[in-house]
Amino acid sequence: MSLDKVRVVFLGDTGCGKSSLVNLIANNEVLANSWTTVGCQIEVKLHEYKEDTSHQKQFFIELFDVGGSISHKISRNIFYQQINGIVLVHDLTNRKSQDNLKNWLFEIINKDGKDVLKGTNASADDMDTEQFLGICQIPILVVGTKNDLIDEKQRKLSKNLAFAQELGAEEIYINSRELRSIQAGSTNAVKLQKFFDKVIERKYFTRDNSTFYDRQRKIAGLQSPLSESNRYFSPFTSPTIVDIDNNNNI
Amino acid sequence: MTFFKDTLVILISQVVFFIGGLIFFVKQLFKNYEIKDIKVQVIFSSTFALSLTLFLLIIFEIVGFLDSSSRFFHWRLSLISILVMVVAVIPYYIAFSLISNIRIVSSRYSTPLTIILWLGFFYCFWRIGDKFPLLSVNAQMFSIEQGVSRIGVIGVTVMAILSGFGAVNFPFTNMNYFIHPVTQNDVINTERKLLQTLDMIIAKKKRIALEKKNRQKQQNTTKNSFWGLISSVANKSSMSENIGQLRLEISGLEELARQLFLELTDMKNMQERQKWSSTWQGKYFNFLGLFFSFYCVWKILMCTINIVFDRVGKKDVVTRGIEIAIHWLGFQFDATFWSQHISFFLVGCIVVTSIRGLLITLTKFFYSISSSRSSNIIVLILAQLMGMYFCSSVLLLRMNMPAEYRVIITEVLSGLQFNFFHRWFDVIFLLSALSSIFLLFIIRKPLVMTENSASTSFDHNN
Repeated sequence: MSLDKVRVVFLGDTGCGKSSLVNLIANNEVLANSWTTVGCQIEVKLHEYKEDTSHQKQFFIELFDVGGSISHKISRNIFYQQINGIVLVHDLTNRKSQDNLKNWLFEIINKDGKDVLKGTNASADDMDTEQFLGICQIPILVVGTKNDLIDEKQRKLSKNLAFAQELGAEEIYINSRELRSIQAGSTNAVKLQKFFDKVIERKYFTRDNSTFYDRQRKIAGLQSPLSESNRYFSPFTSPTIVDIDNNNNI
Repeated sequence: MTFFKDTLVILISQVVFFIGGLIFFVKQLFKNYEIKDIKVQVIFSSTFALSLTLFLLIIFEIVGFLDSSSRFFHWRLSLISILVMVVAVIPYYIAFSLISNIRIVSSRYSTPLTIILWLGFFYCFWRIGDKFPLLSVNAQMFSIEQGVSRIGVIGVTVMAILSGFGAVNFPFTNMNYFIHPVTQNDVINTERKLLQTLDMIIAKKKRIALEKKNRQKQQNTTKNSFWGLISSVANKSSMSENIGQLRLEISGLEELARQLFLELTDMKNMQERQKWSSTWQGKYFNFLGLFFSFYCVWKILMCTINIVFDRVGKKDVVTRGIEIAIHWLGFQFDATFWSQHISFFLVGCIVVTSIRGLLITLTKFFYSISSSRSSNIIVLILAQLMGMYFCSSVLLLRMNMPAEYRVIITEVLSGLQFNFFHRWFDVIFLLSALSSIFLLFIIRKPLVMTENSASTSFDHNN
């Protein structure tokens, strides 16, 4: 219980397979009966940060599987607090679910109902992905589920339209009914491991230790109440981490 | 020559309706799904176009547009096409999709099985007609009336259920009388409780994860020695008891979290409604809700009277209204001239609102029950319902028109007992409205009680 923790939220359209995916990652077993998630289902995973190295350390990863029903949209934002990582889940048999991922990202950025993209006529369609990358310093992973239900041709087509490429995020394809999908050593498992390591790194091992919301406000040009010397990020810079010391030197 | 011109007019309007149906399908209904099978789209849009053609022909009848013989011809043609769609084409495709979705059946058997299923459906469809006094004695065997009457029964049932529920639900969701005041404090309290529950769930799951890890470690290290084996068995049993206990607590907490979340959603929706009711639109809808509640009560009374006294209205609304206006209120105007315009207006309103209402209901229904695998089948079922609904609303529309405009319907469907359909509509409407009132009260009562208890507990804590 004295281990540090990070929080990763799983977003996606209803029926995409988030609950099966979360169950596979956290408990290493296939989910037998799945019902539509009401509210938020939380699983916890013990993760070895930088496994097989000298810096190895244990962390708790809290996996927040948020239900995707449209009728619950109004009260979902309560789960979007203190997020350290985002996993966007889409259904490979339904291309629209990939198109809707933009809307999900938009929803989590505007979780307080305030328009963070000041000055723009912000709607999910106008959203520029570069702005995403600038504002959203949170690591993102894109997962395509139901890999067993599509054929090779559809898979290639799906890769070409990938939303993940726009975001510069990693993407994995998974069949949540097969334990071997994230078997230790497979490409998927390696990418997942790297993603979790990146999330932990972003939270605990950078100089800029503020929370997601503070970073957001900094970028939008508002004063953060925590630190006195601020560097205002323009939304259009690439998402590199900038170290700030107390003399405001980079 | 006039026949060809009229046919052209009808064809063009059908194309317009078809395109309208396509747009509705793509933009509203299938907003979240990929369109894999274009046949489904075509079937839906053509059913929509054919139904709207029927309405268009009625309006043309009232206005006197187009030649009456060509109207008659097109009327028969549209009815036959809708019959073919609703009885043959759509059920065949539904059966086909169902069978191809079941993976056990190989594709060789799918066509024969589909035909068998369709024959079964057709048999049931025919049997419905024998139970009800639908036709007068001199109707022929395989005529339009046979098909339309059976469609009419199902369609009228759907219509009556929807109108009964709609008439009760509209005042309920729109009148300010039914809004429970929700304060920001209530919302914040519920949010806090939900977050606390989530924290407790997380803490317990962490404990389970740690215990599992310890158990694994112990298993790995004490595999060999004899003493290690005994101690590991003892530890395992106590640990699994621990884990079992934790799991029970967690499932209880998760259920609580779900309930709190649903409560929170309801509260936030109620807050939105409160905000909306103070706008102009909200006030207008509140007034409409009041009007509708009176209409609903009146309609229930009329239905009861009709059923109890076995009364069937002979005169339609328009003629009766004009008679009342002239004789009792003393207005002097040309009845024949005005009856045409008023019935046009009335029929137009009814047609537009019923189309809009049905499309909205279909969309809501579709969103709530469809998944990416079943979306095609559900759309086909909805297309079937839509065809039946529009067909029977034409039958019932006859009641609302003056006698001179009913000609076209009565000519084509001479064998039908229209009075039966009106009686059937009344019965089902009454049942549906009363059960909706009952249901809505039952659902509301516990909600009011939990909100009262939530606010009182807050006062206690303060």
